[in-house]
Amino acid sequence: MTGTLKVEIWRGAEVGRFETFEVPTQPSQTVLDLVTYVQRKLDPSLSYRFACRVGVCGSCAMTVNGTPRWTCRTHVNKVAAEGKVRIGPLRNLPVIKDLATDMAPFFDKMQEARGRFIPSDAGAKDVAVVAPDDPTRKEAAAGIECIGCAVCHSACDVVAWRPDYLGPAALNRAWTLVNDVRDGDRKGHLAAVAEDAGCHACHGHGSCAEHCPVGLNPTRSIAGLKRLVLWAALRGDL
Amino acid sequence: MKRLELWLYIAQRGSALVLAPLVFLHLGVILYAVSGGLSAAEILGRTRSSALWPAIYALFVVAAAVHGAIGLRVVIREWTAWNGRSLDLSALAFALLLLLLGLRAVQVIA
Repeated sequence: MTGTLKVEIWRGAEVGRFETFEVPTQPSQTVLDLVTYVQRKLDPSLSYRFACRVGVCGSCAMTVNGTPRWTCRTHVNKVAAEGKVRIGPLRNLPVIKDLATDMAPFFDKMQEARGRFIPSDAGAKDVAVVAPDDPTRKEAAAGIECIGCAVCHSACDVVAWRPDYLGPAALNRAWTLVNDVRDGDRKGHLAAVAEDAGCHACHGHGSCAEHCPVGLNPTRSIAGLKRLVLWAALRGDL
Repeated sequence: MKRLELWLYIAQRGSALVLAPLVFLHLGVILYAVSGGLSAAEILGRTRSSALWPAIYALFVVAAAVHGAIGLRVVIREWTAWNGRSLDLSALAFALLLLLLGLRAVQVIA
């Protein structure tokens, strides 16, 4: 792959336009490489966000040709359509400038979903023994590798329709805690996700699972929460 | 009401559980009545001979009113800017309208 690529990059905030740059192509080039080239060589005023460059930190998610992706692990030759790549900020989050979104609403929802570990025994001296084949441990393990990139949040139509909806990442986080035997506040987690903008707003479209770069399935986690909340509500135990 | 969405979710799933078999029963009854060439008078004769038919169709009407109104409220809420108390009351009015029209029809076959 040699030559140049037309790269259209969003400039501005909520209001703005796509600006076109010519970027030389290279083997194994990632979308983040394109953005970095533009910022270093063509226009230093371009704003974007990244840190690890290896798919661990979850900082560099952007909308690439209409699809939310982790740009550091997305090869250009997989996504370039007709020699063009269009890169915008993530959907469903306020745009600060260019490709940088304000992630605060995303992380606030983690708190709203009570997505934090509540120790059942804060003074424990021994490490809790959790069998790997324990069913709840398996459920927690299936959802626990979230890198907090907000790709699912951006892919979710329900978040777009109802901005107060907690969203797939926060609900997936709550699901891992509900299944953590060391957590001391299962009821509190369930009560948080049973609120009006909680798990029941999910339509199960599966966009989150479709786009999650690390292959998690938040739709499944949310379905699990719906089930647990349903029975807790019917028992009067919320 | 606290956790309105949760209870509406439960009501909608619950009404769906009731509706699913009744829809199939209703389709079966239509096919049976049409293929057998029953006249309106014959159909009414049969539905009026047993309290079971009006009871089943009354249940059908209640489930459809609950299910339809909740679903419509969600669609309007997500696809338009309309939200809040006025939408809740309108959805409730829609449920009552369905209930009224449906139960009037049930009254005829009873």
